[in-house]
Amino acid sequence: MKARIKITLKSGVLDPQGKAIQQALGALGFEGVNDVRQGKYIEVDVAGMSEEKARAEVDRMCRDLLANTVIENYSYELAP
Amino acid sequence: MLRASVIVFPGSNCDRDVKTALERITGFPVKMVWHGDASVPASDLIVLPGGFSYGDYLRCGAMAAHSPIMRDVIAKAKAGTPVLGICNGFQILCESGLLPGVLMRNASLRFICRDVYLKVETDKTFFTNTYRAGEVIRVPIAHAEGNYFADAETLDRLEGEGQVVFRYCDKDGSVSAETSPNGAQRNIAGIADPTGRILGMMPHPERLYEDPLGGTDGRRIFESALVSAVAAMA
Repeated sequence: MKARIKITLKSGVLDPQGKAIQQALGALGFEGVNDVRQGKYIEVDVAGMSEEKARAEVDRMCRDLLANTVIENYSYELAP
Repeated sequence: MLRASVIVFPGSNCDRDVKTALERITGFPVKMVWHGDASVPASDLIVLPGGFSYGDYLRCGAMAAHSPIMRDVIAKAKAGTPVLGICNGFQILCESGLLPGVLMRNASLRFICRDVYLKVETDKTFFTNTYRAGEVIRVPIAHAEGNYFADAETLDRLEGEGQVVFRYCDKDGSVSAETSPNGAQRNIAGIADPTGRILGMMPHPERLYEDPLGGTDGRRIFESALVSAVAAMA
């Protein structure tokens, strides 16, 4: 089963990379781009456990390593 | 006999510089300890050096913070062994939870390598007791992720408890948004834990500790550690 994990910067945390991307989009002629926030997407393949157990494990992975909860939020979904 | 250990991660690149600085200034024998080892030899001081541990994968310092040796570094730090984290070492201290906050990408998005002025905010730490509080010193920085961030409550607590050790300033000691090279909250360049025995700092004191290097302002970090370690023995 695959865990599809999204990690995003908390609101209020400045994202200079997002700002640079926003400027580049503007330079390419895209109009109406209000804001850009950059995050991370991580896929983790887990096997040999129930969905409930997988949820608990992935949650702990996020808290312990994949996200830094000082500045980042995480969310995930499990797919077969 | 006083001894120091320098932890070497894959991608560390200031480990030998800091070993030389420690040997020349403190006279401590220095052990280089590989990240995969299970324990740090008995030490009066542990240094987490600068560099790019694990290629800065995921977040700077995130992988190193969970490498095998860090379990023992964290245990020893909590038991009172002084720990100095420089640059990537500061990032590792934050990621491991020994110090609060996080070092984010510089506001300019650029890697910055130049000398900066720092205001020494406190002389009441293991590593700053031979500076004067309020003194302005010049030390180089070399990083792309030195933009210190913590929530307002944490920042207030750090300030209230005297845990802010260095702030970016100009040569007259004035601290403002313009004197922060990387966008760090409240111009923070270095912080300590409440005991003053764990110090994380982005600037590199090991790069400016004798005249042939262009200055000596970094020297007293190591002299302070020597003074503190000797006092702790007495």
